[in-house]
Amino acid sequence: MAPTEADFRTKLQDWLPKLVLAPSFAVTLLFVYGFILFTVVLSFTGSKMLPKYDWVGFENYQKLFALPAWNTAIINIAIFATLYIVICTLIGLMLAIFLDQKIRGEGVLRPIYLYPMALSFIVTGTAWKWFLDPGIGLEKIMHLWGWESFSFTWIKDGEMALYTIVIAAVWQTSGFVMAMFLAGLRGIDNEILKAAQIDGASNWQLYRRIVIPLLRPAFLSAFVILSHLAIKSYDLVIALTGGGPGRATEMPATFMYSYTFTRNQMGIGASSAVIMLMTIAAIMVPYLYAELKEKKV
Amino acid sequence: MGFLDIRNVTKSYGQVEVLHRVDIAVEEGEFLVLVGPSGCGKSTLLNMIAGLEAITGGEIAIKNRVVNGVHPSKRNIAMVFQSYALYPNMTVGQNMTFGLEMHGVPKPERDKALASVAKLLQIDHLLDRKPGQLSGGQRQRVAMGRALVRNPDVFLFDEPLSNLDAKLRVDMRTEIKKLHHNLKTTIVYVTHDQIEAMTLSTRIAVMNKGFVQQLGTPKEIYDTPANVFVATFMGSPAMNIIPATVVMEGGQPHAAVTDAEGQVQHLRFSQPGLVAWAGKPILLGIRPEAITDPEGADRKSGNIVALKNRVTVTEPAGADTFVTMTLSGKDAIARMRADANVAAGQSFDFAVNMEKAVAFDPATEDRITA
Amino acid sequence: MSAVTQDTAVSTGRATRAFLYLILILFALFYLLPLYVMGVNSLKPLPEITGGNMMALPSTWTLDPWRSAWSTAQIGVEPTGLKPYFLNSILMVVPAVAISTIVGALNGYVLTKWRFRYDTWVFGLMLFSCFIPFQIVLIPMAVVLGKLGLAGSVPGLILVHVVYGIGFTTLYFRNYYASFPTELIRAAQIDGAGFFRIFWRILLPVSGPIAVVSVIWQFTNIWNDFLFGVSFGGTSQPMTVALNNLVQSSTGVKEYNVHFAGAILAALPTLFVYIVAGRYFVRGLMAGSVKG
Repeated sequence: MAPTEADFRTKLQDWLPKLVLAPSFAVTLLFVYGFILFTVVLSFTGSKMLPKYDWVGFENYQKLFALPAWNTAIINIAIFATLYIVICTLIGLMLAIFLDQKIRGEGVLRPIYLYPMALSFIVTGTAWKWFLDPGIGLEKIMHLWGWESFSFTWIKDGEMALYTIVIAAVWQTSGFVMAMFLAGLRGIDNEILKAAQIDGASNWQLYRRIVIPLLRPAFLSAFVILSHLAIKSYDLVIALTGGGPGRATEMPATFMYSYTFTRNQMGIGASSAVIMLMTIAAIMVPYLYAELKEKKV
Repeated sequence: MGFLDIRNVTKSYGQVEVLHRVDIAVEEGEFLVLVGPSGCGKSTLLNMIAGLEAITGGEIAIKNRVVNGVHPSKRNIAMVFQSYALYPNMTVGQNMTFGLEMHGVPKPERDKALASVAKLLQIDHLLDRKPGQLSGGQRQRVAMGRALVRNPDVFLFDEPLSNLDAKLRVDMRTEIKKLHHNLKTTIVYVTHDQIEAMTLSTRIAVMNKGFVQQLGTPKEIYDTPANVFVATFMGSPAMNIIPATVVMEGGQPHAAVTDAEGQVQHLRFSQPGLVAWAGKPILLGIRPEAITDPEGADRKSGNIVALKNRVTVTEPAGADTFVTMTLSGKDAIARMRADANVAAGQSFDFAVNMEKAVAFDPATEDRITA
Repeated sequence: MSAVTQDTAVSTGRATRAFLYLILILFALFYLLPLYVMGVNSLKPLPEITGGNMMALPSTWTLDPWRSAWSTAQIGVEPTGLKPYFLNSILMVVPAVAISTIVGALNGYVLTKWRFRYDTWVFGLMLFSCFIPFQIVLIPMAVVLGKLGLAGSVPGLILVHVVYGIGFTTLYFRNYYASFPTELIRAAQIDGAGFFRIFWRILLPVSGPIAVVSVIWQFTNIWNDFLFGVSFGGTSQPMTVALNNLVQSSTGVKEYNVHFAGAILAALPTLFVYIVAGRYFVRGLMAGSVKG
């Protein structure tokens, strides 16, 4: 190369962008990936109240899966996640399709459906906790309105308490799912719908055969977001049932917290966190990879 | 030594070389057009002159100063972009003087430069508007004004007219030509439009697949294209490329072609040097306007050859009528006067101006210089 | 979500339309129900709740539960009301939102306009951090905050929220700047503007909408956070943790009306933002799911 006039400032300009990004990247590497590594290491140690570095192999994982509380948590999260995802999707899709029929007052209804997303799960939990309380809430209201035989004691019932969490969680996020589907619906080319109608499709066939298949990306996004919210769900359980009655509504998130910080079983707590991360990663990584790959030019 | 020197410049992305040893010396006041199909490397070359892309090999010098690695703002160049790239949040006046401001020019001088350029381009009444409030043509003027106000050594234009509608494009083309004529600035201009290249330039570099195929004046490029690519890329409709064989007749080389009926006809070449190709196949290149009716033939030409052939299709286009025929199994187009008496399906006596004909080597597709 | 209502080609009969409206309104009532219950019962004396109907309007209107929730209710062991915790939340939210948004804007600028090798990977790694279950970082974070002397303090919470918020803010600004013409950056370079000048003079003036989205998203998320607050809050607990302590307290009479007033207090800031700038809130939500 011939001698050039590339000066210091020009070279600095070349490096500036990377310098600006570097702190964020370093922080991410340390606080996210470094910490993940740290937790993974802890999960193979006999740490109790404080981190210790005695290697115990897979002992924590074996203990973990032998614990009834963890097994309850796993079964609960499976039931909760399934119901939560399915019901949210159904309600969200229905509301979106209904709202897409040139509804007068859409501008009023849409914000009403969506506002719960702006609330803290603790607020949601408080509201539903007392509304579903048999002593003062729904059951009593029905009795006062003359339906004497009405009984709704789910929140106090070990068998049914989990479903109250489903109700509150669906209440909070189904409006958001509606918004995702509505955006998908509005993105569909109207000419496709007109063509299908000219082809003689009824409204039902139009949605079943044309529209819903076209909403595939929205379904995928909804599934990914909802499943990730479900696995992380901690606040709502704490506020609504506190994991009870007894252990009835224990979830992996509450299990991890109580084993790590109140029961001083850090090794087991860490191993449960690793299991949670792996579950979420199994869903998120392929999704994010596909999303980012599409964008690459 | 030119005013702007591009010396053996190459560009690679990883292992892939996309621009191969480009060597062009641009004189002061020249209007150089880089023309070629998309992906030919013309924009990459322009970006390297601007300093927006790094130079992989070779060097670029402006006024004898090597500018490899020099920041774009320190090369004393200005650029007009395809999308105009006007800053949406600034007024027209702020847009045009932003560069001066960045270079620390005091406000009174900036205002003076702005006023004179705005007057020159007749945009003085727009200075307080935002780009969003302007029409396409006005934006184009502002983009040029922003370049002019800097009074740079070299102007770079990156397809500046391709976002305008057809009529405006022709007007602005004339405007740019006038501007260059009056200001005598040095311009490098990228386009994929061969008509822009022909009308604007003092010299053209025709590019394809990362190579400069030919560098020359518009007349050289048009009349003596270096190869089949240049011949067919420049000119519309494209030059007819017809397979032929060189035969000797009366001591003169002729091109033997087959007409629509399968009859072999001989067209006498004006280049005696083609003797060397006697008996060999060549590609005969004839521009459509060199095939006419006998009355419309160029009177100054010393070599008008008659060709009888059947007309396949006629396409009246106002001033001209384009006539398609079959020659050596290929479609060939002739450009006739509008009132030429031709009809599809009939046989017609064409006049071929063989002084304008060129021959290409079928193996290399390069023009045979003889 | 687009505000434009597009003409759907579907036509519906009268009975169907009545049915549609019925369902839509019933769901609206379902979503409004908890808000109504909280509002109405926060304005009643306690006996009206324990002895009366939760759905009924107050027969005696009172602001006492609100006063109690704000300044005198027992939170944990201290009868301080929610006031100090509200302030904690404000002190935590404002800097955390500001820092994470500024950093996100710069990151988005670099990742779209100064692209380099493997930049998509860098972004991917940062993006994934938005979606990890935060349980995985709780233990190391507790250790690190302890070592830094930030455990149980507002600065500690700010750090945590900035660290785990920049993934989202970067995502927002990156997607927004991606559609900003790169030719403008090149023009500014030729004009002689440097890295920061281009950002300041060219990009920032047009970043208003996405900055609002980012600020609202961060504000809502950080205000509503419970897990980090309860884990690292110590003596500087945020509002959500205090509310939970108030509601879960096992001593004394359950003052439902105070709980509801407290819940509304905790919800007010985010509800206010939602009512004022709901459009931007929804845009943030959507960008976090359907990127585009």
